Amino acid sequence: MVYDNPDDVKIGLEVHVQLNKLKTKLFCGCSTDYHNSDPNSHVCPVCLGLPGSLPVINERAVEFAIKIGLALNCSIVEQTQFHRKNYYYPDLPKGFQTTQYDYPIAGNGKIVIEGEDGERVIRITRAHMEEDPGRLQHIGNIERSKGTLINYNRSGMALIEIVSEPDMRSPKEARRYLDKLRSILDYLDVFNGDLEGAMRVDANVSVFNGQRVEVKNISSFKGAERALLYEIMRQKNHIRRGGTITMETRHFDEARGVTLSMRTKEEEHDYRYFPEPDLVPLRVADRVPEVIKTLPELPDAKKERFMKEYNIADMHARALTIEIKVANFYEEVVSKVDPKVAAVWVADILKGELNYRDLTIDAFRVEDIVDVMELVIANSITEQSGVEIIRTVLDHGGKPQDIINKKGLLKVEDNIVAKAVEEAIAQNPEAVADYRAGKEKSLNFIVGKVMQKTKGRADAREARERLIEKLKE
Amino acid sequence: MAAWTDISGIRQKIADSSAEEVTASYIDIIGKSKINGFTTLWDEAINVARDIDANSHDGPLAGVPIAIKENISTKGISTTCSSKILQGYVPPYDAHVIERLKEAGAVILGKTNMDEFAMGTSTESSYYGPTLNPWDPSRVPGGSSGGSAAVVAAGEAPVSLGSDTGGSVRCPAAFCGTVGLKPTYGCISRYGLISYANSLEQIGPLATNVADIAAIMEVVAGHDPRDSTSINKENTYIDALAEGVEGMRIGVPEEYLSHGIDEKVEKLVWDSIHTFEDLGASYENVSLPHTRYALAAYYIIAMSEASSNLARFDGTRYGFCAEGDNWHLMASKTRAEGFGAEVKRRILLGTYALSAGYQDKYYLKALKVRTLVKQDFERALANVDVLMGPTMPTPAFRIGEKIGDPLSLYMSDVNTVPINLAGVPSISVPCGFADNMPVGLQITGTHFDEKTIMKAAYNFEQNTEHHKKRPPEVA
Ligand SMILES: [Zn+2]
Repeated sequence: MVYDNPDDVKIGLEVHVQLNKLKTKLFCGCSTDYHNSDPNSHVCPVCLGLPGSLPVINERAVEFAIKIGLALNCSIVEQTQFHRKNYYYPDLPKGFQTTQYDYPIAGNGKIVIEGEDGERVIRITRAHMEEDPGRLQHIGNIERSKGTLINYNRSGMALIEIVSEPDMRSPKEARRYLDKLRSILDYLDVFNGDLEGAMRVDANVSVFNGQRVEVKNISSFKGAERALLYEIMRQKNHIRRGGTITMETRHFDEARGVTLSMRTKEEEHDYRYFPEPDLVPLRVADRVPEVIKTLPELPDAKKERFMKEYNIADMHARALTIEIKVANFYEEVVSKVDPKVAAVWVADILKGELNYRDLTIDAFRVEDIVDVMELVIANSITEQSGVEIIRTVLDHGGKPQDIINKKGLLKVEDNIVAKAVEEAIAQNPEAVADYRAGKEKSLNFIVGKVMQKTKGRADAREARERLIEKLKE
Repeated sequence: MAAWTDISGIRQKIADSSAEEVTASYIDIIGKSKINGFTTLWDEAINVARDIDANSHDGPLAGVPIAIKENISTKGISTTCSSKILQGYVPPYDAHVIERLKEAGAVILGKTNMDEFAMGTSTESSYYGPTLNPWDPSRVPGGSSGGSAAVVAAGEAPVSLGSDTGGSVRCPAAFCGTVGLKPTYGCISRYGLISYANSLEQIGPLATNVADIAAIMEVVAGHDPRDSTSINKENTYIDALAEGVEGMRIGVPEEYLSHGIDEKVEKLVWDSIHTFEDLGASYENVSLPHTRYALAAYYIIAMSEASSNLARFDGTRYGFCAEGDNWHLMASKTRAEGFGAEVKRRILLGTYALSAGYQDKYYLKALKVRTLVKQDFERALANVDVLMGPTMPTPAFRIGEKIGDPLSLYMSDVNTVPINLAGVPSISVPCGFADNMPVGLQITGTHFDEKTIMKAAYNFEQNTEHHKKRPPEVA
């Protein structure tokens, strides 16, 4: 089926990724580990922009940026340069942001997402390095605030801004793109996406080939989907009422789920970009071969390998490779149990239970899922019991074996089931007669009796099969 | 009584008495100053000198007093760029050069006056009022490092540091009859120097003689990882001074002796070149054809960079802060009240030159001119060892004479700014007097060849009497 994009929606995304796995900031030696620290405790003359201070590029940040560029299938520029983006804002201590302009470190890349109608290539325009500003904190609520405090701990953190072409045709595709991006960055081990502000999104959207509108201040992936749904609807309604869409920048109000106009094209800033005189142009091409060696197997490659090596379904392979942690978990599991069974248990059952609880794979031990699977495979517990064990571990903790003992989940032995089947047949002649006369439903009644006799520890399906066998005699 | 004492003289005095007494005698002289050269005296100076005595510090500048320009960050000492907007700002860190000076045992006396944010040629635009020329208090000391030159000329400090963006060390050195060096771009770390135009400026020393310049350079020059534009080069200068200038080839750029030059200044320059001839050097006329465009390019680049560098002064974090109902009003008012007229003019012009639609016409074109100017120097210096000409086309002008006419003030930088565009080193050395005011000879060399220009200046000094003359009231 081909997706025909009836409203001619075009979405491009600019994603700011904070390289919070670096030890130090982009241009100074301040630690990046500020998230649980007092305000303005991780600052120095450079990231406070004190007069006379000068930036020095963090070499490791350059390496991270090259790594990201390569993972996004970009070409890496021969020589990169920093520029100044001039504007006034209290969180910007120098009155300009040091960023990259016409020599971004990486460009012309692409990633593949699961689109509306199968695989879809999203082109990456560029990925460039820049510094994060500080953070404003309003005392009280923003409308009736007594004042604003500025925390410069974040100031000077290294960011990578990844800019896509307007290749996404729906909020869903945008969401898939963001998920894929996060997955890749996760694999590269360049950032911790769980920290506040680790990924921030700006979107540009147009419908019916009209002017594009930029939507800023999107702080989550869910927010991105909501903001885009709203903005597309707004543009369509506006056009339907005879209006035209003009180029403007809008702000996403997360609480109300709406976008509000910030400024029109005429009010756009002139940032007066010019080369940062305090940083010399940086040759990066020579470093690429070294960085290539450090590139890990990326999600797409891992998925392909899982399908081949473990002979598992495309759907399972994808689910298992989105998060590097899940992929590693699965590979530990398959060293002990059958890969196909493991795929079902990890990708479908365990991930489902984790998602339901908003937990990550860290919440579960490899040995525990292996125990559960081995017991199921050995027919010692039922599948249902296996699921119950997983739920119990997640909700209350404990080891599978203890849970089995405590809840009496071990399947009853064969002869007990056989005995219960014989007894149930002997004690319910009417139901047996009905079944033999063709009333299929009466079988359920007899199965129920078997379950009663075994206190539910028999496998219902197994009991049914045994009854059918027995009644044929 | 103020007197010119060179570093070796200071060391002798310290040996005879103590660093404490030497520092105390300078503090005493500064206390009687009539030239407004110092803006702030460091109240710790005497304690530092005492510690030098107590620890028998054996650094190359142990106990040597030094004056520091207002735009070089000094931990614990007010550093304001002579601007209202930085009133109350006390840096929490030392500039790289200050760290080096302290390690070498130098005693920082205090901070010296300058044109606000180094934007000027006369030190008249300072928030603290003008500095007077020790040779004639009705005249300017030059700028922007006017305070640093004037205090050395007045015997209030034996040596000082200034900064040179377009002539700001060499101009006041020439006007005040001292020696001043603008090193190669990248020779001295700018870490801690409050930027006016980062791609052009260098910190540079001023002194009464060339040997002292070399002594300071050996301490402050060299690579600093905190300044990405600083370069690792050998920094020994003193040993080379005594080598002669026999066989040295001197280029005399015709452009530096053509427009607007005072006849007496021109004659002194030729006399100087003939002195070099007598010492075994030869000269030839050379051309730096793009000089006529250099001034315009320089001002566009400097103002563009300045418009961005000075954006951080918004009253939010340090320095002067005006009242305002919201942040934007507060920041606007702070800047409106905190910056002087010349600084505002340059911020506005620089902002304009970088604006969309004008950047190609001004800023980018200026960068192209800069490349051409650089090539001029490369070509000229391929055939000669040094270039010589007048540092300034005239002797020091009168206070108030040009301040109302920015364009004529900018024009007086015509011989100094091309050197900053090219990034090459240049020294101004006294070469005589016109109308009883000192005149400077500018000697320019190739990148990182400070040795050759210092050697030339030293030989000239040793074979002339100009540097022996003192301002009135100075022994
Ligand atoms: Zn810092």
